[in-house]
Amino acid sequence: MARAVQWLLPHPYLTLLLAVVWMLLQNDFSAGMVVFGIILGIVIPRITSIWWPDTPKAFHLGKMMRYSLMVMWDIMVANVEVAWIVISVPNSKLKPAWVVVPLDLRQPEAITLLAGTITLTPGTVSADLSDEGHSLLVHVLHTDDPDGIVDDIKTRYERRLKEIFQ
Amino acid sequence: MTVEIIGTYATAILLLIGSGFVAVGVIGLLKFNDSMTRLHAPTKVGTVGIGALLLASVAHSMVLGELSMHELLIMAFLFVTAPISANFIAKVNIHLRSCETPPSPPLDDTWATLNAPDDGEDTTQGAKSA
Repeated sequence: MARAVQWLLPHPYLTLLLAVVWMLLQNDFSAGMVVFGIILGIVIPRITSIWWPDTPKAFHLGKMMRYSLMVMWDIMVANVEVAWIVISVPNSKLKPAWVVVPLDLRQPEAITLLAGTITLTPGTVSADLSDEGHSLLVHVLHTDDPDGIVDDIKTRYERRLKEIFQ
Repeated sequence: MTVEIIGTYATAILLLIGSGFVAVGVIGLLKFNDSMTRLHAPTKVGTVGIGALLLASVAHSMVLGELSMHELLIMAFLFVTAPISANFIAKVNIHLRSCETPPSPPLDDTWATLNAPDDGEDTTQGAKSA
């Protein structure tokens, strides 16, 4: 039974996501659309499962939700801060900096999420990964304290992502 | 009636917030004089600016009585794709050396973008034979 479920739903969260996206696309939340969305959510991961070789071993949906809410809040706060920097700081006083974040995360999915979070949060853009994937290069728009930014990224985002994928 | 009024006000406020952030993003794009700092401006437009404009669209459709949820999908796709384009622009900047050279990574040899084979001929031959 468990194996049948495993065969039918190789990526349960992807199934859920596809069903929700289908309903949003149709803009219709009736029972028929729910059923069709679930059918799509089962068929698409099934026929594309060859191209998903390494599923992350664990993924905590609840923690991920909390993480996304926190990131959205951070985006709003940082947006106001950066808007203020854009308006008030003259070019000559701007202190852009490269910052290197050593990574504890090893899963590619987790590193992708971390890089995406850093880029979406205004004021920082993740630029590159080192060739073996042990550190992340981040460009900061304006900072007096580059080490503080690294600490912030590590404690605020990386630690939580580690918990999500543990 | 009151719901309509609240919806209309919400639409107007969200439009103002969104266009404000888009304006700031454009100012940043024009003002900064380095390609890497310029890259920071569109990330604002792409998140709160567009987000607020799309929420205004949702609120407006609610006032009209035809609730539309497509905007949430647009937002989700933007949030997923925006970091990738920013990452590519940053990589191009590093590759062309059009910005300050980044410090070398502490644990590995070099950054993935700069990790190009030294001999240019080898790669072209490889591409031809492939």
